[in-house]
Amino acid sequence: MSEPAAGPGHSLLAAERISKSFGEVQVLFSVDFDVRPGEVHALMGENGAGKSTLVKILSGFERPSAGRILIDGQPVTLPQNGAAEALGIVLIHQEFNLADHLTVAESLFLGREIGRFGVLDRKTMRAETRRVLDELGARIDENALISSLAVADKQMVEIAKAISRRARIIFMDEPTAVLSREETALLFKQVRRLKAQGVSFVFVSHKLDEVMEITDRVTVLRDGQWVKTAPTSDLDGEAIAQLMVGRELSSLYPAKDEPDVDENVVLSVKGLTTAYVKDVSFELRKGEVLGFSGLIGSGRTELMEAVAGLRPRLSGEVLLHGAPLAPLAFREANGRGLAYMTKDRKGKGLLLDEGMTANLTLQSIDRHVRHHYLDPASEARAMARAKRRFDIRVRDDKVRAGRMSGGNQQKLLLAKIMETEPDVIIIDEPTRGIDVGTKQQIYHFIAALAREGRSIIVISSEMPEVIGLCTRVAVMREGELVGLLEGEEVSEQVIMRYAAGLKRREAAA
Amino acid sequence: MAADTEMSGTVRARRSWRDVDLRAVAPFVALALLILIGALVNPNFIGITNLANVATRAAFIALIAVGATFVISSGDLDLSVGSMVAFVASLMILFMNSGAIADPGMMIAAAILLALVVGSLCGLANGLITTVGRIEPFIATLGTMGIYRGLTTWLSQGGAITLRSPEQQALYRPAYFGSILGVPVPILVVFLVTAIAAFVLYRTRYGRHVTAVGSNRDVARYSGIAVDRVRIAAFVIQGVCVAIAVMLYVPRLGSTSATTGILWELQAITAVVVGGTALKGGAGRVWGTICGAFILELVGNIMLLSNFISEYLIGAIQGTIIIIAMLVQRSLARKA
Repeated sequence: MSEPAAGPGHSLLAAERISKSFGEVQVLFSVDFDVRPGEVHALMGENGAGKSTLVKILSGFERPSAGRILIDGQPVTLPQNGAAEALGIVLIHQEFNLADHLTVAESLFLGREIGRFGVLDRKTMRAETRRVLDELGARIDENALISSLAVADKQMVEIAKAISRRARIIFMDEPTAVLSREETALLFKQVRRLKAQGVSFVFVSHKLDEVMEITDRVTVLRDGQWVKTAPTSDLDGEAIAQLMVGRELSSLYPAKDEPDVDENVVLSVKGLTTAYVKDVSFELRKGEVLGFSGLIGSGRTELMEAVAGLRPRLSGEVLLHGAPLAPLAFREANGRGLAYMTKDRKGKGLLLDEGMTANLTLQSIDRHVRHHYLDPASEARAMARAKRRFDIRVRDDKVRAGRMSGGNQQKLLLAKIMETEPDVIIIDEPTRGIDVGTKQQIYHFIAALAREGRSIIVISSEMPEVIGLCTRVAVMREGELVGLLEGEEVSEQVIMRYAAGLKRREAAA
Repeated sequence: MAADTEMSGTVRARRSWRDVDLRAVAPFVALALLILIGALVNPNFIGITNLANVATRAAFIALIAVGATFVISSGDLDLSVGSMVAFVASLMILFMNSGAIADPGMMIAAAILLALVVGSLCGLANGLITTVGRIEPFIATLGTMGIYRGLTTWLSQGGAITLRSPEQQALYRPAYFGSILGVPVPILVVFLVTAIAAFVLYRTRYGRHVTAVGSNRDVARYSGIAVDRVRIAAFVIQGVCVAIAVMLYVPRLGSTSATTGILWELQAITAVVVGGTALKGGAGRVWGTICGAFILELVGNIMLLSNFISEYLIGAIQGTIIIIAMLVQRSLARKA
């Protein structure tokens, strides 16, 4: 009824008490957020804190379950699917929204081409593109194909596109994740210029140093809840890290068993280098659970896929039980007891159209061959065993894998990997997208496997997970192993400092 | 009763029909319906002689389509099979005419062996081009389609290649026209080949790998399956199936020309799709494929026996069938 008064400092865009649920899972709890004209606002939080969801809601790609959004103090319902661009709200996706086969100018005018009588006016469009690019100080040829551009240039094209559509607020989801240091500096220069003209930015970022450098205010989310909004100058990296994690470890995790120092080294990686991973060395002992932490895109998956032989390596050596493992010899590695469990269970882990049994025995089908043909009874016995051992709960045994819940899928994938009876197991994101009860079960499976004398590497973006499970934690950043933490050091604050680049291991260590 | 199922079908279908895979059953239902229609159109249709005739004529496409089921299940496509039939058959007849072996029985055995070897080599070539050469199977086999066809035209110098020795013809004839225990040989061959194929696809490690590779190559790779080897083997199986079809084709006409087997690739693919195998790969249905081949031949037969549709429209009707089959498949997939 009463006109909402323009908030303090006049908000361009404000979100009030925004909540969001996907099905039964609530990911945002009554979050407040606002953007002022000409400010750069950092949105921070751990993976799964709800940053991306909030950004999507504020740019019209998702609808909030509750709460309201105001533009210039007026409550609005944002139009869906990018139509909010008309209101000056632009989201630049992590994977850019550019068609490879178009030129820069064509991309800029995609969907709102200038033309006369249906014939494109290329000259005007090229000239306008040039003008915008010049204004941005970007040295990009307006006739170049998108596919020929460097990542940083693509980002610049996205920004140019936003500018040419008179964007007032630009949301950027981890804009620097794919940029080099120089490219980042260039991007920040442009951001400052646009900011001076009154354009606002919202940065989702994990990089504390960059946040300190470029942003005016910081909002921290944790577990879907608003924690704090403060001027960046009032905070330091330590304080932000504290706000992001500040949570206690619960009994979610089983007791840790530290392996003896003189246990055999089962896996040894020396100087491994791939297109992205730089010179990584580490050792894994029998019965150990070794964690790999780091931000998304820090090269953990690439490293482990190279170790397992799924990805080419440029140099370096992998020793499995003391014997060298050739590059790209995934099948051989499998046969020698090394298993890799992908984080992409739907894309790379399970055949979604097939039943549970076909999935379970896919990797170990040789065990069910009698006189050259498959023995369905033997497969059925394996399935029954796996269901008991990993507590896979389905109402219908013939259910397709694609219709199972995420938790049961994950258990089935773990069971599938374990059917090969490996003694070195690399698990990439063991609990992505599954409920907390199943998470706990999977943690206990992992601990039990370690007690059986198997050695496990856990890659996880959820810090409590590596801390709760692992006796040692390796931290990666931009393709390098920047820290190898043990004992007291294994804490969220220390990991975060390494992962965000505030600290790195001394060369000698 | 029909109204009853329609009324309650949509609501109850999910629970009571859950165990029945509609996509697997659909082609057989269609076949039964066609036979019913045929019987209504012309009483001669339902006779054993006519049906056996239809089945015999469907044998070539059925055999080729069994191979195509492997290729399509593994996520590939082979457009070259029609040309391959002409090429393999031409080489086989040329070899038999060469008189390299005096004894006609031995000669036929050697010629059959040759056909199998040439067929597998043609398949191997297709497989290597698509996997090692990393060329889309559509393009790769479009290329070999032209190559095999062109070689045939060259071998025959634009004319026909005909089996010359009457002795060989007489001896080889029963392979198509003969029957064992009253069942025509081609039908026996089709059932034998299909049974073996079904066994390989459903009960061997290789068959499981074909399904895995076809439904998701990444999953297969991450499960330690040699994806390329599986795909190449499927192309080789296709080549062997073509050779088996040729084994029946040569005694039938004793002659090939540049137009032998034209458009057979489309009929084979239609049979596979009508049979319930998804064109995007994954679960293959060998028996469904056989059913699809029979359906195609039956439609032609019914059109011949009836008077209300010109038989010149057979191609158009078959084209319609593949489109309907795809629509049915998709609607069933959505429900499942």
